[in-house]
Amino acid sequence: MENMLNIKINGKDYSVPAGTTILDACRMNGIYIPTLCYLKDINAIGACRICVVEVKGARSLVAACVYPIDREGTEIFTNSPAVIKSRKTTLELILSNHERKCLSCVRSTNCELQKLCNEYGVDESMFEGAKTPSEIDDSAIHMYRDNSKCILCRRCVAACQNQDVAVIGANERGFATNIGSAFQAGLGDVACINCGQCISVCPVGALSEKDETDKVFAALNDPTKHVIVQTAPSVRVGLGEEFGMPMGTIVTGKMVTALKMLGFDGVFDTNFSADLTIMEEATEFLDRYTKKENLPLITSCSPGWVKYCEHYFPDMIPNLSSCKSPQGMFGAVAKTYYAEKMGIDPKDIFVVSVMPCTAKKFEASRHEQAAVKGLPDIDVAITVRELARMIKKSGLLFTELPDSEFDSPFGLASGAGTIFGATGGVMEAALRTAHAVLTGEELEGKAMELTAVRGVEGVKEATFNIAGNEIRVAVASGLANARKVLEMVKNGEKQFDFIEIMACPGGCVNGGGQPIVPSAVRNVVDIRKVRAAALYQDDENLPVRKSHQNPDITRIYDEYFGKPGSHKAHDILHTTYTARVKY
Amino acid sequence: MKNKLETIPFKDTPEQKAQLEQIIQDYKDVPGALVQVLKKAQEVYGYLPLEVQITVAEGLGISLEEVYGVVTFYSFFSINPKGQYEISVCLGTACYVKGAGDVINKISDVLGIKDGGCTPDGKFSLRACRCIGACGLAPVLTINDDVYGRLTTDETVKVLQKYMA
Repeated sequence: MENMLNIKINGKDYSVPAGTTILDACRMNGIYIPTLCYLKDINAIGACRICVVEVKGARSLVAACVYPIDREGTEIFTNSPAVIKSRKTTLELILSNHERKCLSCVRSTNCELQKLCNEYGVDESMFEGAKTPSEIDDSAIHMYRDNSKCILCRRCVAACQNQDVAVIGANERGFATNIGSAFQAGLGDVACINCGQCISVCPVGALSEKDETDKVFAALNDPTKHVIVQTAPSVRVGLGEEFGMPMGTIVTGKMVTALKMLGFDGVFDTNFSADLTIMEEATEFLDRYTKKENLPLITSCSPGWVKYCEHYFPDMIPNLSSCKSPQGMFGAVAKTYYAEKMGIDPKDIFVVSVMPCTAKKFEASRHEQAAVKGLPDIDVAITVRELARMIKKSGLLFTELPDSEFDSPFGLASGAGTIFGATGGVMEAALRTAHAVLTGEELEGKAMELTAVRGVEGVKEATFNIAGNEIRVAVASGLANARKVLEMVKNGEKQFDFIEIMACPGGCVNGGGQPIVPSAVRNVVDIRKVRAAALYQDDENLPVRKSHQNPDITRIYDEYFGKPGSHKAHDILHTTYTARVKY
Repeated sequence: MKNKLETIPFKDTPEQKAQLEQIIQDYKDVPGALVQVLKKAQEVYGYLPLEVQITVAEGLGISLEEVYGVVTFYSFFSINPKGQYEISVCLGTACYVKGAGDVINKISDVLGIKDGGCTPDGKFSLRACRCIGACGLAPVLTINDDVYGRLTTDETVKVLQKYMA
């Protein structure tokens, strides 16, 4: 039994476990306290002073986010005039150094600062004066930083540190304080891995992906282009949130309809190419496992992880799967197999990907091994947020749209492809197929649900006995967790045969390109769990749940590649990596 | 890494390198020792260039940005070396009202460096300082041990020219 303390909040009696923060104690009793710098599991530094409350007997107002209740009879006031006045003044002071271009801001209506200022009736020009000089940093391929809108909450800094990347931090002091990188280098010139977790946690419009929707609209309006689109597994679980639908709603059908209405000539499923990845990667794994070569094999679907490996663990590059990611494989087959099948010059095919990810923008710019020489596999990669913007701009009433089906020949996908979006999903998908190859028997029903690799824990380990082989696997999401696993492997503490790594905590469901969820929700709901549960449900509902049983996959091997791991498959579906420096 | 702030190529001696390694060894396992390490490193090198900050970051197992953030937080730390001629412009109240702001801006223009900077040839470094107690001569600047007072921008240029020769 926990040690419970009797306290008063706004004069009413409550009982809470000792050590609970005031913020949590209030939240569990139906009282919301606003936060700007605090974000559950990410940042708790008590810096912004928005969450201040009155505690009887305390010298001054206290920050609710970091104040643990450790005294019987603590009396808290969350809405006293002093509290309201303090919060309002803090907001006015923040605004005094804030670029107030709210009308055109990418975060307008989804800005935590804007919402609070509105709620507190703040006068935005209360304190006019000098502003900290700043420049927009657009040196990175996937995002920009506009420090004129930064409120110095440091959530991005904490998110970057949690990713074990830590290339951004607070520089200078006082009025000159600014978020940036060492020696004022641009984000494009440091060892940033493009994961976009900083964007996901930014309460305001200081950080955002580079919007490439104009390129997509231009292609759609170009009659000489055959424009096709692919949507990643976890887009279907994120997109609905942009239109006010509850978190965890699967919107595959409406999404496909919307894309067709936007004018795409073909709407395809990245889940198909996820299945293709499994075919290649399971083959690669069994090959390496038999030869005991370059083990553990480490997945290469997550471009944030791949770039992290190149910068921070270049000696592990030989362990990376040579498979292109599902995004890359889709682009590669679009410009080869599909071009031939449709009789279209690959130069005229324009491939758009919708991804829950900002690192996919970087991946799209890698031309190490383009399927057609001189042509990118992917022309533009946009995030879920950008697709939502396109749908809104085009006047499509998303929630009212009927469902429709993906187009052939890349429209069928298995449940194994769907679960790529959650941490552990790639491993589970690969093992479902590896099991069939090794034993000649299929896992059926619950037996294929490998719960040992499911869930949001940062590191999961399991051993599967398949046809007498003990296959030791590890799954890591979030790069600090990836580091833990890699260091255990390097110092010989643990042996694994197969490792899945996803850059974002929880996997793509929590990717840096997903809809941005404000702290008011994130502090009480685990996005990773809710979105992942929906994907696993989707898998369970699908008639085909194993990659090798997908009829579109069987056909592409029959008609084009021969068999997984064939010479042709290697030319088109595999790639190489580049060791990169840290500084 | 693109490096906009440093102007002088970094050179160190084997002795300096060994001293820095020793400092890091001494403090490697002490929590919160970054400021101490940086202070001692600056005693060795006179300033804290990129190369030194990278060595500190790697040695202490923290990120370069964390090191840089601390270096730029404290005015005691400098990322640029001192020049052969160290120019200090007093920005105390008396000097400031007598036009020290114009004086320091003029020097910045002529030498092409900002407060805290050093010219690429290593000849001049520039910094703003607090009151040096020569208010009667405001505005005042010092170049190494020489004091120059009652300056206009034109006179400032003439003073600089003496050292440029």
